[in-house]
Amino acid sequence: MPSGAPSTDLWPRLEPLLPQVQKPARYIGCEDGMQTPEHGPDKTSWLFTYPDTYEIGLPNAGLQILYEIINERPDAAAERSYAPWVDLEELMRREGLPLFSVDTHKPAGEFDIIAFNLSAELTYTNLVNCIDLAGVPVHSARRSDADPLIAVGGHCTYNPEPIADFVDLVVLGDGEEVIGDITDLVGEWKRNGKNAGTREGLLRELSKIEGVYVPSMYEVEYDGEFLAAVTPRYPDVPEKVEKRTVADLADWPYPKQQLVPMTEVVHDRLAVEVFRGCTRGCRFCQAGMITRPVRERPAEQVSRMISEGLQRTGYDEVSLTSLSTADFSGIEKVVADTVSDQGVGQVSVALPSLRVDAFTVGIAAELQRARRTGLTFAPEAGSWRMRQVINKLIREEDLYGAVESAYSQGWRRMKLYFLTGLPTETDDDTLGIAELGRNCVELGKKYNSSASVTVSVGGFVPKPQTPFQWFGQNTEEELRRKVELLKNDLRGTKGVQLKWHDTRASLAEGITSRGDRRLGAVIEYVWRHGGTFQEWSEHFSIDLWLEALAANGLDVEWYVYRHRTEDEVLPWDHLSAGLHKDFLWQDWRDALEELGLEDCRWTPCYDCGACTGYGIEHVVASATPPAGGSQGTGVDLSAGGAVPVTLQTSKPIGVGGS
Amino acid sequence: MRLRIAFSKHGKIRFTSHRDVARIWERALRRTNLPVAYSEGFTPRPKLSFGLALSTGHESEGEYLDVDLDPEQGADLDLAGLTTHLSAQLPVGMTATGVVVVDRRMPSLQQAVTSCTWQIDVRDVDESTAQAAIDAALAADELMITRERKGKEVTDDIRPLVFGLAVDQPIENGVRLIAELGTQPRAVRVTELLSALDPPLAEPLRNEPRVLRVHQWITTDDGERHDPMSVAAAASAPVGVA
Repeated sequence: MPSGAPSTDLWPRLEPLLPQVQKPARYIGCEDGMQTPEHGPDKTSWLFTYPDTYEIGLPNAGLQILYEIINERPDAAAERSYAPWVDLEELMRREGLPLFSVDTHKPAGEFDIIAFNLSAELTYTNLVNCIDLAGVPVHSARRSDADPLIAVGGHCTYNPEPIADFVDLVVLGDGEEVIGDITDLVGEWKRNGKNAGTREGLLRELSKIEGVYVPSMYEVEYDGEFLAAVTPRYPDVPEKVEKRTVADLADWPYPKQQLVPMTEVVHDRLAVEVFRGCTRGCRFCQAGMITRPVRERPAEQVSRMISEGLQRTGYDEVSLTSLSTADFSGIEKVVADTVSDQGVGQVSVALPSLRVDAFTVGIAAELQRARRTGLTFAPEAGSWRMRQVINKLIREEDLYGAVESAYSQGWRRMKLYFLTGLPTETDDDTLGIAELGRNCVELGKKYNSSASVTVSVGGFVPKPQTPFQWFGQNTEEELRRKVELLKNDLRGTKGVQLKWHDTRASLAEGITSRGDRRLGAVIEYVWRHGGTFQEWSEHFSIDLWLEALAANGLDVEWYVYRHRTEDEVLPWDHLSAGLHKDFLWQDWRDALEELGLEDCRWTPCYDCGACTGYGIEHVVASATPPAGGSQGTGVDLSAGGAVPVTLQTSKPIGVGGS
Repeated sequence: MRLRIAFSKHGKIRFTSHRDVARIWERALRRTNLPVAYSEGFTPRPKLSFGLALSTGHESEGEYLDVDLDPEQGADLDLAGLTTHLSAQLPVGMTATGVVVVDRRMPSLQQAVTSCTWQIDVRDVDESTAQAAIDAALAADELMITRERKGKEVTDDIRPLVFGLAVDQPIENGVRLIAELGTQPRAVRVTELLSALDPPLAEPLRNEPRVLRVHQWITTDDGERHDPMSVAAAASAPVGVA
């Protein structure tokens, strides 16, 4: 469909279908902050799409940021779309109604670029389904010049090989700047008429933008089962694609107009990103590895975004988002200012990501002044030995200190999050999870007789671009055995509630997490056999995934359970999050030796590559770590004195302010 | 002090639920900086009370909510212009149409409202079929419906709650009905009425009707019908009826 043609409004065709579906408000748009941009032949149009339901996709901060940035450009327009639930999809297919934007109900196929956020591997079949619903050929090789470009971004793109067949371009890293570069090139191509045979040339040009990976520009060679090489097809296409990194978050105070939905969504509150990146160095954590270095938003900008955001949206809850939020310099002051700001009425603060060694009575006291929000701590492993392996260097005392702080300030229940199936894990390590849970409840009983904890356990799935990328995932049977072990151990224990993630879902995630391009046929098979919404237990089917592997002559053992060797070519070796492969390998060896590695924000540089390679550095406002606990040193520091660190930067640590 | 706010709901926003509308109002009131009173306790909530729930997908020209204001801050409130200020904070399709002060001793909207007038557009039905079905229903002694309640099938006679039912005018490919349906002890739903007629004038997944709540009524002991705003206004002065 020519994208220069006048905009089509599908609302009159959609409206009669909505009384027949669940939760029709998913499809109406109407949010505060929604934009209804003008389209035209001189405007590059983006459709930002989350390949799961509206409730999950709407709060996605990445898509909201890009939606605003694009709509600020006079030569571009952005709208949004989400995967229709199965009931509406059935009606849409019957009525011949394509995927649409929720802003102006424009057909997805009329946009120049459909860009998906990929935060979870189990949404891959929904990605394919959305492309198909848009009326676009699911294989990039079969698309014509007039078809929209299919782009993807988000954490999953650090190994996009399993979906390489379906996408035209992949964005690695922060999207704020690179999206402009892409718009420039696509806009020029559009104004020149998208002439026949020019799509390939456009893709080749796009592949030269830093942070953009165009899978079709690379040749993949295999050596038997193993990958031999992924090499550019042209000399001007980069051999290795580096991620894009925004140096200073202060330059990007987005979203400025956070979307406020008219119907309930997950995380239905104001969200303000306080920093990006994390250098705690937890070896299982892909987010912490791929988002380095740490870039704090200046505290005064955070405060302004909170107060203006609350007034504009009418929300009474704000979530401060980042990895390990209590690491933010001056976190106590920001929380205190927010809670006591009478201008916006009663406001509660949520800190969704908390390290126990940075959570103090002070923060707990401030948080509880408004409505108490849920508290989740993530010790991740049940024994000190195991936590050294995964480099989550918090002592048992740190956990108890945090938990006691919370109980003493009136919380009666909290959630503890753990992983099982970690490298070198023994049954003693697993059972340590139950022990920690029991001890926390005992502590709570000092303050409240009904004190309880929810112990939540997930099966570990090794992720690309982390030190554990070489580790063979535990089998589904082994993960299930470990969950049983915990269930038996905690049977009859009052106050400890055990919850666990479906071990079969961990297996499906494992299949797609570290796969190569041969997985494309598997994803397509699952999709063609009705396997959409795989993140939803009522639609998830492990049998379908195993059947799909078998149908394509591929092996679970090989893709999921096998340890990789140092010399193996990994499917994502040509993509870089800035981390040197030898750093990751050394960190993997250290893990097996039970050697911890301290946080480089406050200690010497280990040259992981994330700062030095890109010529940027940490942007933190405080040269000392937050008070309390052992701060990743494994040494009790509560006796006084700062963490013994030396700062290795050659110039003063940036405060990130403007 | 308690305020009663009247509002309408039209267009795309009609697909939001009763719960959604409650959240929309909570946010709108905070943005208006109205000193709403909060409940005591562990999770303080703003003291709002809504009238009869409007089914998801129906439109309305007569929705109401009562808002309790903080007595310490509400006294010197300037209520003139509040209708406009509130509308500015509501989504497209929702408009505040009036505000009055209500005596706090008055029964709640849920208790007070006795009937609603509905405009019902049904498709794929001709006028004579509709007229015949209506005549038969009005002539009958009872009009039975079965509905599910707490997992069990319950049979109800809704005939005593059908206060009025008539063909209003033919519309494109269908007919417009006007009905007044009772709400005590239980509000009869428009879809229940249509499915109870013989033949049923609307069926789920076939021809969903387009429904507009035109009025809510409070019938006082003397048999007079009143608008929820005028009942309130009888006790106190209006402060900005749009």
